[in-house]
Amino acid sequence: MQIKTMAEYFANGETPEVLFWVGCAGSFDQRAQKITRAFAEILERTGIRFAVLGKEEACTGDPARRAGNEFLFQMMAYNNIQVLNNYGVKKIVTACPHCFNTLRNEYPELGGHYEVIHHATFLQQLIDEGRIKIKEGGSFKGKKITYHDSCYLGRANNIYEAPRAVLEMLDADLVEMKRCRSKGLCCGAGGGQMFKEEEKGTTRVNFERGREAVATGASVIAANCPFCMTMLTDGVKEAGKEEEVKVLDIAEIIATDMQQ
Amino acid sequence: MQIVSQLLFLIALGVAIYIFSRRALGIRRNILLGRDVQLNDQPALRWKNLLLLAFGQKKMFRNPLVAVLHFFVYAGFLIINIEILEIIIDGMAGTHRIFAPYMGALYSVLIGCFEILAVLVAGACLIFLVRRNLLKLKRFISKDLNGWPRSDANYILLTEIILMLLFLTMNTADQVLQSRGAEHYYATGPFWVTGHFAPLLSGLSDSALLAVERGAWWLHILGVLAFLNYLPFSKHLHIILAFPNAYYSDLRPKGKMENMPAIQQEVLYAMQPELAANAPASDTVPKFGAKDVQDLTWKNLLDAYACTECGRCSAACPATQTGKALSPRLIMMKTRDRLEQVGQQKNGEADGKSLLRDYITEEELRACTSCAACVEECPVSINPLHIILQMRRHLVMEESSAPAEWNMMFSNIENNMAPWKFSPDDRDAWAH
Repeated sequence: MQIKTMAEYFANGETPEVLFWVGCAGSFDQRAQKITRAFAEILERTGIRFAVLGKEEACTGDPARRAGNEFLFQMMAYNNIQVLNNYGVKKIVTACPHCFNTLRNEYPELGGHYEVIHHATFLQQLIDEGRIKIKEGGSFKGKKITYHDSCYLGRANNIYEAPRAVLEMLDADLVEMKRCRSKGLCCGAGGGQMFKEEEKGTTRVNFERGREAVATGASVIAANCPFCMTMLTDGVKEAGKEEEVKVLDIAEIIATDMQQ
Repeated sequence: MQIVSQLLFLIALGVAIYIFSRRALGIRRNILLGRDVQLNDQPALRWKNLLLLAFGQKKMFRNPLVAVLHFFVYAGFLIINIEILEIIIDGMAGTHRIFAPYMGALYSVLIGCFEILAVLVAGACLIFLVRRNLLKLKRFISKDLNGWPRSDANYILLTEIILMLLFLTMNTADQVLQSRGAEHYYATGPFWVTGHFAPLLSGLSDSALLAVERGAWWLHILGVLAFLNYLPFSKHLHIILAFPNAYYSDLRPKGKMENMPAIQQEVLYAMQPELAANAPASDTVPKFGAKDVQDLTWKNLLDAYACTECGRCSAACPATQTGKALSPRLIMMKTRDRLEQVGQQKNGEADGKSLLRDYITEEELRACTSCAACVEECPVSINPLHIILQMRRHLVMEESSAPAEWNMMFSNIENNMAPWKFSPDDRDAWAH
């Protein structure tokens, strides 16, 4: 894949339409890298002129802030905002709802003002504009899909319909878990939990969510967050359904079934 | 005799209002121990929240059946207060049903409506008692409520049922007395509900009826005044504080954390030292995060008093649901307990305790996923998450207390720009 960086655009005196903020999970986590590649592929195939920051990107500071380390968060925010503002970035799309929330809600008061879009909304816009067309009789046709609301897209930012609208294009059978939309159960990763062992309890949060997702009888669990991806994949494994049930990001699902 | 009764009434009313006002002022003082925050922006949106969330009880309707029952109790409470107004005027002036002659036929219609509401209130409260004590609903049998909180809930429901029954008994006896042309008993015509029960009391003598009517009247109003003073010591205070709490509720997206300008400034000076040279020197050492109730915002403390311990937050909390020590309801209850304790301390005399550890443990704070389900569910706009995150800030920044894995995560972010130990040079490796 030939992905142009912001620096390359800048060197040529050009400006991309949108900056793709990859995020740490999307950059380093092997499973999440596939999501990143799928989304970048969609951007390329729809002819969108996008850039990444590449090595200049750094953690938004979300997990540090939620764990209580405001100093570290402010340091990360300061540096990221410097980089983004130096390039004159106006519009950012990201496949991580945690990055999305921080960039959209927490950077403005620190001097970072951008139009920030989560990839679920971005995909919906591309579909609405006719820039993405779904194959007739694609690989998800007639399959049962259940969508897992991530906390930071859902409750945190009230985005419930865009990802569902995207999945509805597939001609699949979209089934809801009992705890969905604003009542959606967390995957267990937020608030810095991704980076530490869970507290003592009767079960793990991701086991609980995995069981609930598997109980819908869906063969695909659609996610919109790299951390939910990790958590749900483990949850499905714990439920003993890793063969039958796949956890996929909506970008991967669309990349598979979009017309060439 | 009449004047004695008027005097007794005035004394009872005066004492009730005095004790209530003192307690109300005490609660206000406690709430204002909190850190100041400005929550006066966007008044139009705030009024809308007040109307929808408090008056309209919008969040309650996430569970429609319970919402309807709760609405009966709430509407009954508000509307029957009009009747309390008449009772108070009667009590002070020594009159009986003072509104009746002025309202004609409308009066019995109005009382009929109150009676229907009273029946609905009593019925709903009875169902609530069954739900709380017999149905074994998770959020009600939870150990969060062991001891006083569980009794508190039952006392409230029982009191409401008794008050409603007294009101209905009073009206029933009144109508029999009316039909006999008893002195002072203005003929209003039959009331909608108690009219059907009048035959039950028709066997009593005039003096016995008078005793029943006066007895019920006095017990009802004294019960109301006593309940007024029970309120501020009980979870039932939500009937008042739900309103300011809705008005001052957080208008920002639930995912947005409160900024810390002091740290923002410090980081700015570290990055651009030339700015620091001109900065005004400050001799106060800022405190980061919250260790005790005074470090929380006044809205957090208002939240604590507004909490009715319904447990919708904990029922939705991923940590509570998976058996962790954390329960957002308990966070609110403990904050209130601690605030009460601090409020009772004489000036400057500390008890050496704090909200952190003496009330809320690190284990509880660590278990939160910041998913905001508690914030979403709360019918009275309480934000337990805000308290948890402020206390985490204290732990990490004032005490350097964090699990080893978090310290690893911090140092990875600091050194590798990512929470995992990968080389920043490989950040774009996914593309190759």
